[in-house]
Amino acid sequence: MGIKLSLHQLKEKFKGNMFAPAFNAFHTFLYTPNDVTKGGTHIKAADDLKRTMNMVILSLVPCLLFGIFNAGYQHYAAVDLANGIIREASFLGNFITLENFLLGSTKVLPLVIVSYVVGLTVEFIFAVIKGHEVEEGYLVTGMLVPLIVPVDLPLWMLAVAVIFGVIIGKEVFGGTGMNILNPALTIRAFLFFAYPTWMSGDKVWVHQAVERTGTAEAISGETILGMHAQNIPIEIYDLSDMFIGFIPGSVGETSKILIILGALFLIFTKIGSWRIMLSTIAGALFMGLIFNQVVDLGWITETSKFYGLMSVPFWEHLLIGSILFGAVFMATDPVTAAQTLKGKWIYGFLIGFISIMIRVFNPAYPEGVFLAILLMNVFAPTIDHYVIQSNIKNRLNRIKIKIS
Amino acid sequence: MQRIKTPFNFILPTMSKDIIVKKGLNINLVGDASKTLEISKNSKYYSLYPDDFHGVFPKLTIKVDQKVKAGDVLFFDKNNEEVKFVSPVSGKITEIQRGERRRIVSIKILADKKIEYKNLGKLDAKADKNKIIDYFLNSGLWPFIKQRPYDVIADHKISPKSIFISGFSSAPLSADLDFISKGYEDKIQTAINFLSKLTKGEIHMSVRKNSNSELSNLNNITIHNVSGPHPSGNVGTLINKVSPVNKGEVVWTISLQDLILIGSVIESGKFSAERIIALVGSSIENPRYIKTIIGSQISKILDKGIQDNNRIISGNVLTGKQISIKGNLDYYSNTVSVIPEGNDYDLFGWTRPIFDKISTSRALTFSWLFPNKKFSLNTNTNGEHRAFVITGAYEKVFPLDIYPMRILKACMYKDLEEMEALGMYEVAPEDFALTEFICISKQPHQEIIRKGLDLMKKELG
Repeated sequence: MGIKLSLHQLKEKFKGNMFAPAFNAFHTFLYTPNDVTKGGTHIKAADDLKRTMNMVILSLVPCLLFGIFNAGYQHYAAVDLANGIIREASFLGNFITLENFLLGSTKVLPLVIVSYVVGLTVEFIFAVIKGHEVEEGYLVTGMLVPLIVPVDLPLWMLAVAVIFGVIIGKEVFGGTGMNILNPALTIRAFLFFAYPTWMSGDKVWVHQAVERTGTAEAISGETILGMHAQNIPIEIYDLSDMFIGFIPGSVGETSKILIILGALFLIFTKIGSWRIMLSTIAGALFMGLIFNQVVDLGWITETSKFYGLMSVPFWEHLLIGSILFGAVFMATDPVTAAQTLKGKWIYGFLIGFISIMIRVFNPAYPEGVFLAILLMNVFAPTIDHYVIQSNIKNRLNRIKIKIS
Repeated sequence: MQRIKTPFNFILPTMSKDIIVKKGLNINLVGDASKTLEISKNSKYYSLYPDDFHGVFPKLTIKVDQKVKAGDVLFFDKNNEEVKFVSPVSGKITEIQRGERRRIVSIKILADKKIEYKNLGKLDAKADKNKIIDYFLNSGLWPFIKQRPYDVIADHKISPKSIFISGFSSAPLSADLDFISKGYEDKIQTAINFLSKLTKGEIHMSVRKNSNSELSNLNNITIHNVSGPHPSGNVGTLINKVSPVNKGEVVWTISLQDLILIGSVIESGKFSAERIIALVGSSIENPRYIKTIIGSQISKILDKGIQDNNRIISGNVLTGKQISIKGNLDYYSNTVSVIPEGNDYDLFGWTRPIFDKISTSRALTFSWLFPNKKFSLNTNTNGEHRAFVITGAYEKVFPLDIYPMRILKACMYKDLEEMEALGMYEVAPEDFALTEFICISKQPHQEIIRKGLDLMKKELG
């Protein structure tokens, strides 16, 4: 009781002060405020934005934990491979180990901390300048960012990118709820175009692969996607590795099973849009199928540089790269996605379709999911516009029918 | 309208008037009124709040200390001088309370022990349209007729395409209209007979499907059997499903309890402002029905011992008006709700599992497990005001063929053309009560729509 009362008195003291938003952000983290309804409905449903955002964070926690272990595992597996030992991944045997955890957490946790500290600081500054409350949008963005970058990304780069992403991607549009582009993907896009050597290639995906390049202890840091793009046959990873996530890649997006569990949680809590998830997957499968047909018809031969990715069975596209993570956690961001039900189907389908198209045709960088989502973010308002136009036309037609 | 396929593969509309509302939400709360009727204690004072009549600029015709009879004109609308507002009781005007810029806040009347009525005359069954309108205007009955677009008192110079009446209420803790209209069917019929001369179209009334409502036996009226969750009982839902308001059209809406009042004035020539209200809410020990008079003191209606930390609402918990214990019943309500205030902090309220509040999500909120449980909700906002973020949730509780978030945003950035195109002529603030209730961003939907309607009325007429 003591804390509640003294915090209440502090809140009254800070009222109207420029630091009130900062204080309230901490206060409301502990206590849901004592605000009562004024005008309008006298009662309100239980949910608020904090609760909603919190659910998304909860759904990401398994991916983060897996990512920590995987960061360690992939490093040691790559070292073994360089010494000629091919590891057979086993979840309890050589994956959930203290060794993997220690290495992984020293690499991944700093990414999480930098992402949150830098991003929330920017949010606090803007809240104080504009005199509004600190909105919860960044709580999810801050969690997503470390999961979609390579494990060895220098922290200062991440900090610069987060500042850029939050200011240019969100605050200049008016803050949470007003942005056009997904902030987490804006941050990733900034990293990709500003520091391409740290964001793509065959080295960055495994810890120390870059450092050891050219030395006697060199290890591989290549992803499955990269191997397909170079027409290298996949030998050391089987389908169950891809599904469970024992493969190199961005920190949190390798485990398909945990992404699916997260998706089911979001759908069950009615927070994520199953329409967008489903249609994104449908779009990806459709594009993959087209490419399979192209290969089957013999229009593309083994000498083509597109052969590797085009001949990947269409369903296997879902197991490699970040299409599934993008479909579940990125495309569904309600602010930047299409907002109408019909629009969501179209928006999702095009994301999946374009993702696989970019994946296959982009020679420099074989993953297209983040570009596809950003592209469709830009077109989401247009999709909604045409969906709503039909509602408006129906309304006008009602009058025409009357007159005639 | 149902459609059946004939053997010839033509599609013929049938005359069955069933409406099924699929989208919506029933909010089950503790404190529903039991079906017992009690006569309230007589109020000493009666008050009228001109604010009850949205958009009316009152011009007083009485002074302090003047004696009035029930049915005497107290004020008229400056913008529409024929629309007169009358006293619900006889007595002496004791106070005219004014707010900033001399705006009239309330007119207080010290009531006589026995109410004296002004003789308004009876309306002849053969009266023509103009005569009926004049009678309504002069007897203070006109303010009970509302119109869409804009959800304001109807413009008597424009004939409506049809008239809509809701014959049942689906809002949480609202009066059972079958109960409050029991025994008054003839008065309702009288009112309907005269009103039907004021429109070229039909009078539509909704009743709950399979409810055996006596109202289904009314003549001169089209009955629609409506099923589904709240807002199935809102008149706005009925309008949208039967014949949505197009640009340039006007429909009227009248609530059932006002039809009873209209009918009894027409039959007796006396403005008897009696009204049965439901006294409901989890803070009421014995929720029940009470017969009282418009403008009565709330303290005479409530039981003794209502604790301080409660909210008294004239109307239902979604659309009513907050009033103080010293306040009076408003002009239109048939419900007084009393619920606890929620002015307390909740430790980790944003993340802990919630069992005792209603939610449409399953975000560690468990009301979905108990579809029939009655909740005792307080007035806490359960979170702070935020920008619109979540999409797709409003549509699940909003049965009108309108994009709710779009139209709200159009109102916020005041794009008149877009507001018109998206369907503002069809809506009233109460249609957005449910979306406001479930809004995780805690946006004031009804206020946004009200301001939007006011803006349109001002700019487009």
